[in-house]
Amino acid sequence: MTATPKAEKERRLTYAQAIREALVEEMERDPSLLLLGEDIGEPGGVFGVTQGLLQRFGAERVLDTPISEEAVIGTALGAALLGVPTVAEIMFSDFATLAMDQIVNQAAKFRYMTGGRTSAPFVIRMVTGTAGATAAQHSQSLEAWFTATPGLKVVTASTPADAKGLLKSAIRDPDPVLFFEHKLLYNSRGAVPAGVDSLIPLGEGRVAREGSDVTLVAYLYMLPRALKAAEALAGEGISVEVWDPRTLVPFDRAGLRRSLEKTGRLVIVQEAPRRNGFCAEIAAIAAEEFFPLLKAPIKRVCGTNTPMPYAPELEQFVIPDEERIAAGVREVMRNAVRSASGS
Amino acid sequence: MQSLASYTPAFLKELYRKMVLIRRFEERAAELRSLGYIPGFLHPYIGQEAVAVGACAALGPHDYITSTHRGHGHILARGGDPRYMYAELFARRDGYNRAKGGSLHIANIELGIIGANGIVGGGIPIAVGAGLALKQARQIAVHHPDDPRARRADGVAVTFFGDGASNQGAFHESLNLAALWRLPVIFICENNLYGEFTPQHKHQTIRDIATRASSYAIPGLIADGNDVLDVYRVVSKAAEDARKGRGPTLVECKTYRHRGHYEGDMGQYRPAEEVAFWLEADPIKNYRRLLLAGAICTEDELRALDQAVEQELEEAVAFAKASPHPAPEEALEDVFVESYGGRALL
Ligand SMILES: Cc1ncc(C[n+]2csc(CCOP(=O)(O)OP(=O)(O)O)c2C)c(N)n1
Ligand SMILES: [Mg+2]
Repeated sequence: MTATPKAEKERRLTYAQAIREALVEEMERDPSLLLLGEDIGEPGGVFGVTQGLLQRFGAERVLDTPISEEAVIGTALGAALLGVPTVAEIMFSDFATLAMDQIVNQAAKFRYMTGGRTSAPFVIRMVTGTAGATAAQHSQSLEAWFTATPGLKVVTASTPADAKGLLKSAIRDPDPVLFFEHKLLYNSRGAVPAGVDSLIPLGEGRVAREGSDVTLVAYLYMLPRALKAAEALAGEGISVEVWDPRTLVPFDRAGLRRSLEKTGRLVIVQEAPRRNGFCAEIAAIAAEEFFPLLKAPIKRVCGTNTPMPYAPELEQFVIPDEERIAAGVREVMRNAVRSASGS
Repeated sequence: MQSLASYTPAFLKELYRKMVLIRRFEERAAELRSLGYIPGFLHPYIGQEAVAVGACAALGPHDYITSTHRGHGHILARGGDPRYMYAELFARRDGYNRAKGGSLHIANIELGIIGANGIVGGGIPIAVGAGLALKQARQIAVHHPDDPRARRADGVAVTFFGDGASNQGAFHESLNLAALWRLPVIFICENNLYGEFTPQHKHQTIRDIATRASSYAIPGLIADGNDVLDVYRVVSKAAEDARKGRGPTLVECKTYRHRGHYEGDMGQYRPAEEVAFWLEADPIKNYRRLLLAGAICTEDELRALDQAVEQELEEAVAFAKASPHPAPEEALEDVFVESYGGRALL
């Protein structure tokens, strides 16, 4: 890429703007695409992501819904089964629990149950994670639940560019996609390619920072924290490669492998509670398939096995911060069981 | 009962034939299950045939239905082919769902059948989505008349469900949403007086489920669910409203299942007098009498229709028996349309 610094600067968008740009471009590209969600129209969404879309596309395409998550997701699914693509917003991903039948029993399995004779091209935007004192029912990171349900694709977008490119791919994908976007990233800025066809394919991870000693896997709000930890560790002489899977289903095994071939060490970070999080799946993949590449035991740095507390200092205790991430990396560097040259 | 004068004899006979087709399809299915041909659940539709047949007679080629665990009647009434249905029940490769669904999941979008459903109330919101797509088709027809989706601009979505399902949140959310957006959806509640083994008075405080429509300011109509012409009349009215943009209707059809909740349930929780009353109100027996009394057909003609149904089902069973079993590895197919290299994304 040889974009001029000036042009790049012009194209620096927030994560929220990048999501909006993806929605606008895809709605222009496909005039049948509909948006559904609570307060997405006139108010522009609780986090302002859909601001201006009602004015631009009209109330027939930007549909403010009653507070009825189950009916909203079922409606998005039913329209999609008839060939009308939809993007439904779940205002806080915690509320997906009220739509679990439609997501898990219906959408995920429709194609399979019908022997491949139907498809449901729709996206559920899942507003996820902590946001500072949002407490136990507005802060959860539930992405791993859905990875345990075959038939759903699960996307976790961590930068503005990824948010745009992955959302566009999700919208054009013929299967149901859950698109997790993190509240604390909405105001983060980054370069975002212009262009209607700047898609990022599902199933391709990204090296967010190159390094050679240890692979640090992180996504969503843990990605900026992992990058900061990597920066700090560089000062200690530890070269950290930060790798963002970008989509959990499909998962980029080859990308993870390439990084482990370089580093031989693996630390995985997630905001969600430790037990049965997606970290565990990544650790299992690495242990089963890439064991010969590993020089040290795998380390997980995760949220605690607690609901999310309210007090900011409790919340920050629960989710991994730079210091805990860095400590995890140092531990793996100390714990090397096989010498770098040995295997 | 209705006057027959306003209908053509061909139409009236077709209603009869369809009801007999469903009855005999179900009776044979029960038999075939006891012989070991059908590995899964069966929830027979016997006794409720007039609802599916009367309702689907009011539908056209661009309409859609969602169905339930008790779905064979709806699927046959909507044009499902008994060959592919039996093949599906037998878990064979030629089944509608290629042996991945079974009785609870038979679907065929081309026929307007979005699917039976194993979740009580699960199909109701999906029908609202179909209604939204159909409403959008009216817009497409104006702006892009060549788009194939414009063809269904007069379409309606019908969702069948039971009295038990009317206690689900999905039912209430869906009525509210369809009413709010004036979607072309017809909610057809088959009140057969039981949700599984629980009589209606023990699962809700109302007798007429149609009254729930008033909470959403939409029409709530009651039909005699054992009178195919009454169902046809009421659903036709609801369909006309929906097609004209006047929004959804809740139709309650009062009916009864003759057998247990599923094949194998003896239904002993039901009072004998109640069962006797409803067996007397058999929708097929009474309609047969009506056709004879109205001189629409002779006994011989009806017998010929019965025999044609037997013949069709005989062939359907033979077709299903001859259909191959799926290969075990087919379990890995059909999880996704686009699977980026791995069939099931293992
Ligand atoms: C969500 C859900 N809860 C429970 C069941 C188990 N179940 C299957 S059918 C049924 C009864 C449904 O009653 P109704 O809606 O009146 O339909 P009917 O069986 O009378 O046709 C129940 C409880 C289910 N399949 N799904
Ligand atoms: Mg019932």
